[in-house]
Order: sequence, then structure tokens, then C-alpha cells
Amino acid sequence: MQSLASPSTHRVTGSERIGPYTLLQLERGDLDPGVPGQFFMLEAPGRLLPRPFSLCLAPPGELAFLVDPVGPGTQAICELQAGDRISVLGPLGHGYRLDVGRPLLVGGGIGIAPLPYLAEQLGGSPAVVLGFRSEEYAEAAALLPGAEVVIDPVLVTEVMPGGYDVFACGPEPMLHAVAELCPGAQLAWEAPMACGYGACYGCVVEIDGALKRLCLEGPVLDAARVRTPVEVVA
Amino acid sequence: MRILNASGCLDALAAPEVARRLDAFVTKTVTPLPREGNAPPRIAEVAHGMLNAIGLANPGRDRFLADHLPGLRELGIPLWVSVGGFCAEDYAETCSQLTDLEAVELNLSCPNVDEAADSAAEIVLSCRRATELPLYAKLSAAHPNLAVVAQAVAAAGADGLSLINTLRAVALDQHLRPAVAHGSGGLSGPALKPIALHAVSVCREATGLPIVGMGGVETGRDALEFAACGARDIALGTVLFKDPGAPARVRAELEAACDDAGVVKPEDAESLAKSPETGRKVPA
Repeated sequence: MQSLASPSTHRVTGSERIGPYTLLQLERGDLDPGVPGQFFMLEAPGRLLPRPFSLCLAPPGELAFLVDPVGPGTQAICELQAGDRISVLGPLGHGYRLDVGRPLLVGGGIGIAPLPYLAEQLGGSPAVVLGFRSEEYAEAAALLPGAEVVIDPVLVTEVMPGGYDVFACGPEPMLHAVAELCPGAQLAWEAPMACGYGACYGCVVEIDGALKRLCLEGPVLDAARVRTPVEVVA
Repeated sequence: MRILNASGCLDALAAPEVARRLDAFVTKTVTPLPREGNAPPRIAEVAHGMLNAIGLANPGRDRFLADHLPGLRELGIPLWVSVGGFCAEDYAETCSQLTDLEAVELNLSCPNVDEAADSAAEIVLSCRRATELPLYAKLSAAHPNLAVVAQAVAAAGADGLSLINTLRAVALDQHLRPAVAHGSGGLSGPALKPIALHAVSVCREATGLPIVGMGGVETGRDALEFAACGARDIALGTVLFKDPGAPARVRAELEAACDDAGVVKPEDAESLAKSPETGRKVPA
């Protein structure tokens, strides 16, 4: 992780629509792309607080983030155009551990975001299963050529093959389902964050049975730390 | 003018390099018993500010003293401990166990927990009897007659004031439900600055006590405005979330802001502002 100083300013080099999402490309400058699954705080123009995004792609000299325009901050980021400048802080948090034997990447919706950079860092064309709510959203699967894609109502957990080391990112119900199926999975979690470095205490998630700050503990967590406890009937 | 953090807006153990750029570090409020805090979502952005409903999450007095405070001392920066509770005895008992600090800040105004049953002055009086450490009373600007509260805590033995805490507020999501799970939260950020400047000004005039001004400080110019209204020091809160480099930046900007205003140092700006209550220059 870089030493925490003021965020640095980066020029937007491109902004590309992929289905309902936007792939925002920035000049990398001195930023370290970090480990897949780590995240960056991106300035949301006109808003008070930055927004957290995991790195999607790291082309030479650039960093690219996949953004779902779900609110005013992410919409402002999606409206950025080449030549605009925004401030960026990162990489932050803990990413995926890459030292596994048989990787399987599982993504749901915007949870595909960290997987292209993860696949690149793993190398060797890892297996990928992606789930989306509609054909339009599934256009994002183009970021991971060769991936198996399912559309709602089919769920990724219905088609996930067994015997793999699972890397997952997606909506919370999907992550809980993956955790039940694969207790050894690595899950990239999500929470609203104001700061990204442990200052605001806003991003707590139940981890190891207690509310802990996701920005410091994660955002990638071992499934065992977040599995919904199974009720034991006496 | 010293630059501190607002209590609860920085974890010095998680981000020591940020804390070391401050003139003093103020801890998150310590309560007698551990508190896990409120369920998420705990934060929401609003126009010109944000809401938080953390709920005084903290390890409790015993674990703070045993596990956290020694680590904070290793940072080598002056420490303030923020003390909270639900009655005067809670505050006083914690104060009695604190030593070797630059100051104690009494959090008399957290908007995310029920207010202590005892008055601010009663709490300050109990703490005054329990410690000789400098006591700063952190007050809420929501009080209808803040100057009277400030005079009461001054008479009870407060050495200074921290002004202001967040203000209780509500934000709704797109489905018209509260955006933070607690329902209401504390409003912070630039929206607070005019309210905080007023509070600092009237409390300075009413008590003459040294004041740590806070509420929407984002720039050196903001800090100088607090100085002009009578704050001796300032604290950074919400701005730290978007800019962990804010302490050094604000310090550099403050120098430039002094030059622009034609004052040698921030304290000199106090003679420029007028009291909002009496219209005369402060101090009189």
C-alpha cells in the first residue's frame, strides 16, 4: 500500500460503455496497481466523498475501473470524459491471494469488476463463471473472453464446478451462497466507505462474528470469516 | 494554531502516518463498557455533508487503557482522550484513570446515543474533581442557548471548549427510508461550518476559554475563519476521509491565507471578526 498522503490527480484517457456499465481509464502516474481485489478511492466530481472501486484492468501506463452508475456519485464518475482530471487514492485494503492450484473466478453483476485484472495476474486462462440479471448487463462478460455466462433466473452457484479454488465477487446473497458451497473461497465484499483507510468506521461488515471495518480487514475475505452461522438444533 | 483531528474521524493505529502529521491526536470516544456500535449502513452522503451513525463503537475503558493507549503512546505525538458516558460518574471514573495526556475531551454531545442524564456542567464538575489534566468540553451547537452552557461548564472547571459536534439529522434513500440503519445520524462536513463559526464566536465571547474549532474545515482559509471567530486551534473531521494528507495541506494553506488576509499569524485574525450577537469586534 502506498503511504497515506493526499490523493494524486490523474487524467482520464478514455470512458467506454459496456452494457449499462462504464469502463473508466485513467493515466496511471505513480500509482501502483496493487494486488487484484485491492481498491482505490476515486473522486466523484461534485460530491463530498470519494467512492471505492477495485481495479478492473491495468493496461500499460493506465488503470481502468468498471463503474455501475447506481447513484449520483457513480453517475458523475461515468460522465467523465477524456481529458478530465480526478483525484485517486490507493491501492487500499487486502486483495486476493494468488497462490492457488486450480483457480475458478465467479462474478455476479458489477462483481465482475476485479476479475479481469485477477485473471491477468493469475495467468494461464483460469476458468470463469459469470452471472447477470439480463442480456444487457451480460455485455460486460466481453471483459473475460471464454467465460461461462448465466442470466437470471439461473444462478452462478448452480453452474459452479467443484474442485476449484474459488475467487468470487458479487452481491451479498451470491457471496453467502458461494461461501456455503466453498468454505475455502476468497470473497471480495462491498460496503459504503467514506475514507477507505479505517478512519470513518462506516464500512463495517460482520466478520468473525463481530462488526469490523471492511476497508482494513478486506475487501477480500476468506469465506470462513463471513459464513452465515449454521443454526444447530439441540 | 494547532491542527488536531476531530474525535472519531481517524484511527491513529490504522493510519499512523496521518496521525503523525497532526499537532495532537484525539481518540475516538471511550465509554466505560465496550460498544460494538450501530448496525450498517452507518454513513450516507448528503448535500454539502455526510451523516454518520457509528454509535460510539469503542473497546471500552479497560481494553482501551490496556491495549490501545500504549500503542498510541508509541506514536510519539501529544494525545487527547475523548471520554464519553451515560452519567457524570461514568465520565469521572474514566478521567480518574487517565494520566500523562495533553488533554481530556469530554464528549457531552454525541448525536448517536442518548444524552447523558446529567447536565454538561455536572459532568465537568465531577471530572474536574477526578483529574488535574486539562479538560475540554465538547458541546453541541443544537443547544438553544449555547453561550449559557459554555459559561456553566467554564464555571464548573473546564479549561477549554471543543466546538462543535455533529448535528442530529436524517437522510432518506430513494425508497424514502432512512439512509442509515440507526434512523438519524450526525451531520458533518462543509454544511456545518457557518454554524460552527457562530458557536465558536459566541462561546469565545461568553467564556474567553481556548477553543478547538471544528465543523467543515477543509482548507487553510477555513481554519483562518475559525481563528477569526476566536478558535485557538482547529480539528479536521470529514475532510480527512477524502484527503488523508489534509493536515499538512491545511497547515500550508493557512500560512498563505494569513498572508492574503494581511495577518502575521492566525491569532491576529481574531480582532478582525465581529461578534454575531453584539456586532462588536471580538474580543471586546
